[in-house]
Amino acid sequence: MTLNEVRVGETVKVLKINGEGATKRRLMDMGLVKNVEVYVRKVAPLGDPIEVKIRGYELSLRKADAAMIEVI
Amino acid sequence: MKIALVGNPNSGKTTLFNALTGSNQYVGNWPGVTVEKKSGKYKNDKKIEIIDLPGVYSLSPYSLEEVIARNYIIDERPDAIINIVDGTNLERNLYLSEQVKDLGVPMVIAINMADSLRARGEEIDLKKLEKNLGVKCSLISAVKNELGDLMELIKKAERPQELNYLDADIEEAIAKIEVQLSNDTFKRFIAIKVLENDPKIIEKEKIDPKVITQAKELSLALAKKYDDDIESIITSKRYEYITKVTGNIYISKSSTKESISDKIDKIVTNRILALPIFVAVMTLVYYISVTTVGTMATDWVNDVLFGEIISPAVESFLVSINCVPWLQSLILDGVVAGLGAILGFVPQILVLFFLLAILEECGYMARIAFIMDRIFRKFGLSGKSFIPMLIGTGCGVPAIMASRTIENERDRRMTIMTTTFIPCSAKLPIIAMIAGALFNEAWWVAPSAYFLGVVAIIVSGIILKKTKPFLGEVAPFVMELPAYHIPKATAVLRSMWERGWSFIKKAGTIIFLSTVLIWLLTNFGFVDGQFRMLDTLEIEYSLAAIIGRAISFIFIPLGFGNWQATVATLMGLVAKENLVVTYGIIYGIAEASEEGSEFWGTLATSFTPVSGYALLAFNLLCAPCFAAIGAIKREMNNAKWTLAAVGYQCLFAYAVALMINQFGNLFIYGSFDFFTIVAVIVLLMMVYLLVRKPKAHSLKVVGAYE
Repeated sequence: MTLNEVRVGETVKVLKINGEGATKRRLMDMGLVKNVEVYVRKVAPLGDPIEVKIRGYELSLRKADAAMIEVI
Repeated sequence: MKIALVGNPNSGKTTLFNALTGSNQYVGNWPGVTVEKKSGKYKNDKKIEIIDLPGVYSLSPYSLEEVIARNYIIDERPDAIINIVDGTNLERNLYLSEQVKDLGVPMVIAINMADSLRARGEEIDLKKLEKNLGVKCSLISAVKNELGDLMELIKKAERPQELNYLDADIEEAIAKIEVQLSNDTFKRFIAIKVLENDPKIIEKEKIDPKVITQAKELSLALAKKYDDDIESIITSKRYEYITKVTGNIYISKSSTKESISDKIDKIVTNRILALPIFVAVMTLVYYISVTTVGTMATDWVNDVLFGEIISPAVESFLVSINCVPWLQSLILDGVVAGLGAILGFVPQILVLFFLLAILEECGYMARIAFIMDRIFRKFGLSGKSFIPMLIGTGCGVPAIMASRTIENERDRRMTIMTTTFIPCSAKLPIIAMIAGALFNEAWWVAPSAYFLGVVAIIVSGIILKKTKPFLGEVAPFVMELPAYHIPKATAVLRSMWERGWSFIKKAGTIIFLSTVLIWLLTNFGFVDGQFRMLDTLEIEYSLAAIIGRAISFIFIPLGFGNWQATVATLMGLVAKENLVVTYGIIYGIAEASEEGSEFWGTLATSFTPVSGYALLAFNLLCAPCFAAIGAIKREMNNAKWTLAAVGYQCLFAYAVALMINQFGNLFIYGSFDFFTIVAVIVLLMMVYLLVRKPKAHSLKVVGAYE
């Protein structure tokens, strides 16, 4: 499963970040690394981006980028 | 002593900077870019200089702010670094600290938000944290001005202890590169970057090709072993380490129940309420800055302060000392009018920035981007571009300046280039004049002008985002949504004042000089072969008219290739409503009404509805007034980008007006000529630019800032 498919209100664990370059690095810099817990908090009113809670703070990312993150 | 302030966005870095420097600060831009640079002197010891580096989450080469921050440290070698971290969000904040530690510059970690920690009932064991990190830490609350022992610690700051906590084989690889580096201050940082094959550091430090080859071999072996690329391995290991470090430092820790910020957010960006709340907030911002307070204050400065107080006072003074008429005119219509053009915008800018500062400080600005991203990203803009566009319906100057709330430079530049396509209030008289003179005051002319502006933004966004300068800098939208805070009055007022003042300083010169130049061009000319100053209604003899006659041919394909339209357009650069005033003067009416209804009949004889609409379209879309150009220059902070923006606007306006005139003539009057073919070609080119796929190789992100 990838992060964009997770339902609002669920908590998942990161398995792997796919892709490369700036977006991957940025996601990881923000703390989205292997084994971290991610709580999917909400979807923006227009359907994209999503808001997640990670390491005690709120992060928003687009569904397209969330699709790079494999979770369980 | 030089101290650099490093920290995440929203960590309270600017608040700390303000607390340390008081009013001894200088605000400018980093050379050639739109990123703000702040420096100042420590208020209790003027020998200490403090530089506020851009807020960053990492020291990678992927964003402009990160490159600026790390280049500053490597090139300018500050004596010490204060790394400010948000005490309520230690994990992510310390990730940056780990990279800063690698630089090996003496540092102190300032753990901010002591007040929030107290309120939450959390307590951090500082001694344990210092031991774990190998760096001295100081607990502060920048908002409450509690700076603890921070400045004592920083004066005797030491290089961070090298703990080498990464896995043994990674440390070994780093060590192998380190010993071959000539730069001995930032060894560990540079060695890691060389291992990560960071092109900017490799070029900057002139790394030996042999070392690069060795680094590639080492990182390839590690990548194989850990089944990931080297950057990701190091990032993961750092976070692992930080999780361990922060795991046992809390003496007491709050339960994870919902904070007030969470509760606010549940309402504010709730799926149903988010859009109504957004509309309400935006309406309020618009109402205060454009409809009421801002515009009233600006009108007061223009009409009362300059119109009724300063100008008459200066005039009566000049008359009393028997000043020669041309000098009187220069001082009144050139200098005083030029100053008025600058200062007239200041109240509105101050009001707008007061509101924007509140939105930023309280945390709602990030939510605006969150809500609007979906719409705006399609056109290469940021969700935060919404505010400049909205303010642009009132005045382009504060609108352009509002673009600085957008964090990505690419989005910021794009917003600056396209915002003034929205008709501002000064363009309304032009719309009213054309609608009245040529369209029998038809209701649809004004809405069509706004529609044209919006389409121009969308089309430009799509075209521009595929061009080279915009392609190189694809920045991911991965954004922190900071916790809500109650804005602090001093921070809001300071931010408002700084931005207003920087407009006066940076945009003032260009506005002033161009106003004086236009005064010269319209008030002097040749009458019967004699050069002299002109009366108001002698504009046809002016230098401006001479220039107008010389260049008016370029407007022939647009349907208004005469000197009158050219001069009026030129005068529109001083202030767009001057276009109407100028037409009045040309037709012999010195004091026409705002829409020029006195001369609608005369105007109708020299235009067809089609060429009239082309004139309207051209003047709505072409270069904005000098004040807005000054604002563009201030925000772009780069002559090339300023010229590119204004040049693009003029070219785009020309293309649109050409198509309106030619296709209008073709479909309404059935006329077909050479320029109709040109218009077809322009249309095809525009369609091509809209649909083309950019070259794949130029999508590469690394190295985009060279």
